[in-house]
Amino acid sequence: MESFIQTLINGLQTGSIFALIAIGYTMVYGIAKMINFAHGDIIMVGAYTICVLTMDTKIPVVLAIIITILVCTVVGILTERLAYKPLRKAPSLAVLITAIGVSLFLQSLALIIFGEKQRPFESIIKIPPIEFGNIVIQGVALVTFIVTIICMVVLNIFIKKTKLGRAMRAVSEDKQAAQLMGINVNKTISLTFAIGSALAAVAGILYICQYLAVKPTLGALPGIKAFVAAVLGGIGSIPGAMVGGILLGVIEALSKFYLPSELTDAIVFGVLVLVLLLKPSGLLGKKRIEKV
Amino acid sequence: MRKGLKRFVSFGLVAGMVVASMSGCGKKEAGSKDGVFKIGGIGPLTGDAASYGISVKNGAQIAIDEINAAGGVKVGDSTYKLEMKFEDDEATPDTAPTAYNNVMDWGAQAILGCVTSGACKSITALTKKDGILQITPSGSDPGCIENDNAFRVCFSDPFQGLTMANLAKDLGYTKIAIIYNNSDDYSTGGMNAFTEQAKANGQEIVACEAFANGANDFNTQLTKIKATDAQAIFVPAYYNDCAFITTQAAALGMKLPFLGMDGWDGVIAQVSDTSVLEGAIFLSPFVASVQETNVQNFVNAYKKANNNAIPDQFAADGYDTVYVIKAALEKAGSTDSAKLIEAMNGLNVDGLTGKMTFDAQGDANKGAKFIEIKNGEYVVRQ
Repeated sequence: MESFIQTLINGLQTGSIFALIAIGYTMVYGIAKMINFAHGDIIMVGAYTICVLTMDTKIPVVLAIIITILVCTVVGILTERLAYKPLRKAPSLAVLITAIGVSLFLQSLALIIFGEKQRPFESIIKIPPIEFGNIVIQGVALVTFIVTIICMVVLNIFIKKTKLGRAMRAVSEDKQAAQLMGINVNKTISLTFAIGSALAAVAGILYICQYLAVKPTLGALPGIKAFVAAVLGGIGSIPGAMVGGILLGVIEALSKFYLPSELTDAIVFGVLVLVLLLKPSGLLGKKRIEKV
Repeated sequence: MRKGLKRFVSFGLVAGMVVASMSGCGKKEAGSKDGVFKIGGIGPLTGDAASYGISVKNGAQIAIDEINAAGGVKVGDSTYKLEMKFEDDEATPDTAPTAYNNVMDWGAQAILGCVTSGACKSITALTKKDGILQITPSGSDPGCIENDNAFRVCFSDPFQGLTMANLAKDLGYTKIAIIYNNSDDYSTGGMNAFTEQAKANGQEIVACEAFANGANDFNTQLTKIKATDAQAIFVPAYYNDCAFITTQAAALGMKLPFLGMDGWDGVIAQVSDTSVLEGAIFLSPFVASVQETNVQNFVNAYKKANNNAIPDQFAADGYDTVYVIKAALEKAGSTDSAKLIEAMNGLNVDGLTGKMTFDAQGDANKGAKFIEIKNGEYVVRQ
C-alpha cells in the first residue's frame, strides 16, 4: 500500500512537469493553430541558461530565473519571426516540418556550444522533503505542482478576461475577420509565442531542479510526452493540458509499477492512439465542426 | 631553360629512387633496416559514442609515440616503427566495414578495434576472411572475439557480472535488487551473468527492474525496490544513468549500497552532490586518480598531448592494445599475420589495466580491480 501511494506521488511529480509543458504546447496550438515541436527544445534552452547562470556566474537565483525567462522568450519570438512567420500562408504540413527543423537546429546548436556530455546541476529549490513514514514527497515536486496550477489559472484568466486575451481568441477563430476588426494578427501571434516560451522557461527550470542534469537532447522526450498529454486533455484547452499531463504522469508511473518497465513508453503512446481513435477532441476539448 | 631544369630534376629524382631502393635491399640483409608496422585503428570519432573512440585513439597514439621514441619494436633481426591510421566507424555496424576497408587499403597489418561491441561484431567476419590479427580494446560482448584471429583487452560483460556477484557474496549481501538497461547489450549481459552467479552462490535477487535508453526517471523502479528487503542494488549501466539512479534513491530516503560495473567510471563528475554515491563499489581496470607510477606517467603524458584531458579506461585500453601488438610482434619474431595470431595464445603483457595473459578464447585474463567511492573520490578497494 505504501509503495502504491508513493508511486501515485511519483506520477504526480512527473505529471505536473508534463502538464506545465503541455500548457505551453496547447496554448500555441489553440491560438496559432500550429504544433510547435520546438517547444521541448525551448525547455532545453531554459535549462542550460539557468544552469550556466546559477553555477558559472553565481548571480542571485531570482535574477537568474528572470534572465532565463527573458532568454527563452526572445528565442521563442525569434523562431516565430524567422521560421514560422514567412510560412503563415503555407500549408500546415510545411509549418510542421519547419518546427521539426527548428527543434533539430536548437539541439545541434546546444551540442556545438556545450558538447554532448551531460552536465550536473545543483538544485535552486532547497525545500526539504515531506515524509510520512516511508512515503516521501519531494520539495521540488510540491513547487512544480503549485507553479503549474498558478500558471494554468493565470493563463486561463488572461485569455478569457483581458483585451489581449480576447484578441488571441479572435485570431484563433478567424485570422482574416480578426484583422478586419483592427487586431494586429502578427503581433498577437508573437505574443502567443512569447508567453509559450516563457512557460517553457519555467518548465525547464523546474525540470532540471527535479532531474539535476542538463544535456542537449533533454527537451525531446518530455516535449513529445507533453504533446501526448495535450492531445489527451484536448489540444487547445488549457485546463485540459493540466488534466492530461497529470493523468499521463500517473498512468506512466502505475504502468511502470505493475507491468515490465520497458512497456512504459509503449503505453504512453498507446494512450495517444486510443484517444485519437475514441475521442479525437480529447477529454476537455471542444468538439469542433470543420467548416468546409 | 625551364624544360631543361625539369628534365634535370626528374632525372635526379629517378636516380635517387633507384639508389634508395638498392640501398634498402642491401641494408635489410645487414639487419638494420627500419621498417614500419602499420596498425589500422577503428572506432567512433563522431556520434554518441565519440568520446570512447577519441579516448582509444589518443591512448593508442601515446603508446605508439613512446615505443617509437624508445627506438621501435625489435622483430627478429630488424626493428620496426609503429604507425597508426584511425578511421571513424560512428559506432555503427553499417559504417564499420567501410572504415575497415579504408585501413586495409592503406595497408594495415593488424587491427586495433572496433571500440564498441556492435561495430566490432560487424567486422569480425571480414578480419577472419583476411586472416589479420584483430584486437579490440573495449568490445566487451562475447561475439567480438568469436573467431580465432580476434582478441580482447577489456573485461567481457559476463565476467564483470559474475565478479560483482562474488563480491556481493563476500560482502555478505544475500538479497540483492537489480536495475538494468534492457535496451543495451552491455547492461543486459552484466545483469544475466550477475543473476546466474548469484543463484549459484545461493543469493536471492529480490527485484530486477528494467529501464530503456534515455530514461531519467527511476522513481518507480526505486519505489519497488524500497518495498523489498534488498541489502544492496546492482546497477550494470553507464555513468549518466547511475547519476540519476543514485540521486533519486537518496531523494527517496534509500540508503542501500550500490554495486556497479566499469560503466560507472566518470559518475562523480555527473552528480552535484557526491554524498549520494558514498560507498558505491564498481569494477574498473583503470582509474586516473589512482596513485601508481605507471598510471600517473600515462595520465601526465595523456594530459600533455590532449589539452589537459584526463584519460578514462578507454584510453588505457587503447594504450594497452598497442603494447599487446608490440609483445605479439616480439614473440612471433615476424610481421606475418598467421604467426602474430599464433603468438597471441598464452601471451603475457603487463599493462596499465593489469597483468594480462591471453587465453585460447581470446580473452585477456587479468585480476579484477574494485573501485570504491569515498568522500567524493575513486579509491582502489584493497
